[in-house]
Amino acid sequence: MDRHLSEAGDTSANEESDTEKVPRTLRDAPAKSDRKKSKRQAQPDDTKEEEDEATRELQQRTQKYKRGAEASGKVRSKKAQAGIDHAQKQKAEAAKAAARSEMLLTESGGYLEAEGTERTFKFTQRQIAENVDIGSTDKMFNLKLDEFGPYSLKYSANGRHMLLGGRRGHIACVDWRNGRLGCELHVRETVRDVCWLHNESLFAVAQKKQAYIYDHTGAEVHSLTRHIEPTALGFMPHHMLLASTGMTGRVVYQDVTEGRVAGEHRSGYGPSHVLRISPYNAVAHVGHGNGVVTLWGPQQPQALAKVHCHRGPVQALALDSSGTYMATSGLDGRVRIWDIRRFEPLHEYRTARPAQALDISQRGLLAAAWGRSVSIWKDALTTRVGAPYMRHQLEADVSSAGFVPYDDVLGCGHAQGVASVLVPGAGEPNFDALVANPFQTPRQRQETEVRMLLDKLPADSVQLDPNFIGRMDPRTRAQQHSDSLADAHLRHAAARDSGAHLDSAVRNKTKGRNSTAKRYARKRNANVVDLKRLQEMERLEKDLRESAAKRRKGPLPAHETGALHRFYTEKNNTR
Amino acid sequence: MKVKALSRSAADYARETKSDIQRLPRNVDPVLHPLERAREYKRALNAAKLERMFAKPFLASLGGHIDGIYAMAKNAWDLDHITTGSGDGEVRVWSLSKQATAWRAPGAHRGMVKGICNVPGGSTDRFLSVGTDKLAKVWSRTEGAVTADGTTPEPVATYSGKHAFGAVDHHRSRPLFATSSSLVEVWDVDRSEPIANLTWGADTVNTVRMNQTEVNVLASCGTDRSVILYDLRTNSPLAKLVMTLSTNAIAWNPMEAFVFAAANEDHNVYTFDMRRMDHATNVLRDHVSAVMDVDYAPTGQELVSGSYDRSVRLWDAARGHSRDVYHTKRMQRVFCVKYTQDNAYVLSGSDDSNLRLWRARASERMGPKSNRERATIEYADKLKDRYKHVDDVRKVLRQRNIPKAIKRASQTKQDMHASRRRKEENERKTARPGSKPRAPERSKAILGVTSK
Repeated sequence: MDRHLSEAGDTSANEESDTEKVPRTLRDAPAKSDRKKSKRQAQPDDTKEEEDEATRELQQRTQKYKRGAEASGKVRSKKAQAGIDHAQKQKAEAAKAAARSEMLLTESGGYLEAEGTERTFKFTQRQIAENVDIGSTDKMFNLKLDEFGPYSLKYSANGRHMLLGGRRGHIACVDWRNGRLGCELHVRETVRDVCWLHNESLFAVAQKKQAYIYDHTGAEVHSLTRHIEPTALGFMPHHMLLASTGMTGRVVYQDVTEGRVAGEHRSGYGPSHVLRISPYNAVAHVGHGNGVVTLWGPQQPQALAKVHCHRGPVQALALDSSGTYMATSGLDGRVRIWDIRRFEPLHEYRTARPAQALDISQRGLLAAAWGRSVSIWKDALTTRVGAPYMRHQLEADVSSAGFVPYDDVLGCGHAQGVASVLVPGAGEPNFDALVANPFQTPRQRQETEVRMLLDKLPADSVQLDPNFIGRMDPRTRAQQHSDSLADAHLRHAAARDSGAHLDSAVRNKTKGRNSTAKRYARKRNANVVDLKRLQEMERLEKDLRESAAKRRKGPLPAHETGALHRFYTEKNNTR
Repeated sequence: MKVKALSRSAADYARETKSDIQRLPRNVDPVLHPLERAREYKRALNAAKLERMFAKPFLASLGGHIDGIYAMAKNAWDLDHITTGSGDGEVRVWSLSKQATAWRAPGAHRGMVKGICNVPGGSTDRFLSVGTDKLAKVWSRTEGAVTADGTTPEPVATYSGKHAFGAVDHHRSRPLFATSSSLVEVWDVDRSEPIANLTWGADTVNTVRMNQTEVNVLASCGTDRSVILYDLRTNSPLAKLVMTLSTNAIAWNPMEAFVFAAANEDHNVYTFDMRRMDHATNVLRDHVSAVMDVDYAPTGQELVSGSYDRSVRLWDAARGHSRDVYHTKRMQRVFCVKYTQDNAYVLSGSDDSNLRLWRARASERMGPKSNRERATIEYADKLKDRYKHVDDVRKVLRQRNIPKAIKRASQTKQDMHASRRRKEENERKTARPGSKPRAPERSKAILGVTSK
């Protein structure tokens, strides 16, 4: 019966659409939306419900792909408004198309689920190995390197290559999936950190006095003398910048394409050992001995933000790839989760001992290592969870931990070598071959390198909000003008307070050729405010005062609207 | 225990044979593409720079005429050939693919050749020329006889008028053509006398242009600053538009039959809707001297104009300023321009006796393109369009090397406009409110419209 009904419904729909096919003139043809509506009416109710369900689901998935909020309000120009509307429409369509394209993703993520009374954190690696395929068991291994530890380790952006740095001078890079050793060298001095550059052909090492760059054969390519006693390294792949922090407490940025130092900032908090680059906005997060985490951009001399995170020194730091969460661990034995958009603590975990290493996986698992144990939490960023997702014991104290991109593996460097632990559900299952390709051919690597150089971002484009480029200024021209006036006023006041305008006097008085005073005056001349400048500033101030006064007064009464109007003031309005 | 770990087989991601393309799975999740706005912007900037780097619009200069080129005609049915007439009375047909003269008639007219047009339809290669010698001649490359000395071709037909001719245009479908002299005359090709004289008070008519879509309408412009529309069915004028300065040339929009562009002495090109001529639909202002000729692209979306300031400008019909300006060191006053029928080239004829061939889009390259190439170009265009308002990109896209004379003149013009506007505003401040309304730019140059 149902079938019959639905058939009847279908035929009626067909008939309708047939008649609709040939509108006599353009004006007779119904609008597109009307046509859709009429078709939908012809369908039976259950299919309609299904369709609604499907559209609702699609809308939910679309949310992820909507970049930014829709423009609110209207602009006065019809042409500009039409352009904005068109762009909005295209944006919405693109988001929908992106959501639809999810069905083309071939892989699904890993998982580990308990059944009955089991608990996931009780599962050992051996138990897991018995239940996964042979390809995955290959990823669990333990490198026994007990001479030169403890080890720090990093994975390349596509997760294919592993870089090991033993504290006592042993450096090795390994294609760990194939078990192929790339290069191995002993530098015979302290190695504090290692870092891949833009691909697996170059890497940087933080050594005793300075940082060095080596190539994939282990040959020293550059010595970076400006990085003094570095302790932690980070690389910004889109900007091609190598960042380091060290015993001097400075944050140094070096452009690896040109060799130029792009920025060198004094943090003022003494030696620091923790540095992470945010994958979301490329801001460097540096942890300090007083529990503060400072955020740096290469071209801003001041920290972009300072967050007081712990009562003791910051031990480790991890950032998630969506730019929302930061996890920090301090010597006070806490692991704190922060919302770094608002710099607010969300919640905290207590650890048995202060966590030495932290990392966040692509799918949001948090790994924290203290002593010999590594704990992995699931959903630990969004909510405060009770029990960990997984636990693992190593044979020595852990010094560093890092998830492998696009794989379910956590690598741990410890005092007696390196361990690779299987963590189901850690990695992003579907990689984008144009971003990072685990199956990259040498030719593709070369092409990607050229592409990266062409798309290299200028160092000054690092900001807390990565989408500031191309954004519309919503202020009206009048507002912009008044804002700039207010700015000038403030700057003037600041200059007057600091006594900068007195510098010109210093310059006039000095007689010697190259005295200290003169040099000092020259230095300060950057901010000299001479008479002319002062007059200009006074004028600006006056403008500001007047415009404020005018605003207070309000419009003139409309008694006289003729040519004599301008001779009237409020006071003598009655002629 | 239920467990699954990621395990990709390399075979799934490798190509099967060496001749296959590599498999590149995509994932459009925004989290995997950080800093996308900044990277897109950087690509837009690169694209803009590349565009300007590859902008080499000049293709060829075709020499041969002894005097300046004052008349030019394109043939919608024959992309290769262009006909030009010069000041010494010579008419030439050029082959653009060979970049050489295909046919010539030295001494086609005694005095200047003022107008040339092709006979529409692909069946014939005839074309007409008119000159200051009061003669209109029909020529053909194939059927023309040659004079006794064997050098000069003979016209197929000759018509003699009473006054020196200024322009000629042929009817789209019927065997009629119109000439302008002190009046507009309509000729039947089979008769030696004009079949109609159309006049509405002008001393000299500069140009006459037949509408090739709405075929019975023709427009003329005269030295009395008027643009007059005539209807061939009634042999009477439709409407007359008087502007502040006279119009030098007219071009009908090939896609919107009721729209025409007028190249004016006041340095501007005006586009009009012939149904409502009390205001222009657009004012194209960038030239710094009188505009001598204007032509629509076959799409009707773009225009090309040539000016007395020795430059050729290309315009988007919907915008007020030119999108590009072409000039060379040796190009003199430009008297005629044409957009070719394949929308890819622009031709200019100037005082220096050369016909110049330009690209319509300066950085575009000719020839077939692979799909990837096309996709890249489209992506670059889209990026440039998206970021065209951002300072750096805009600066690169707008940068042009302009001759000093033009630059200085445009600066002077700008100053003059600004001071005039300031003066008006000052006057407005002291006048009774409402007594000095602001005139829209689009109707400022229009003195009046009379309809019949």
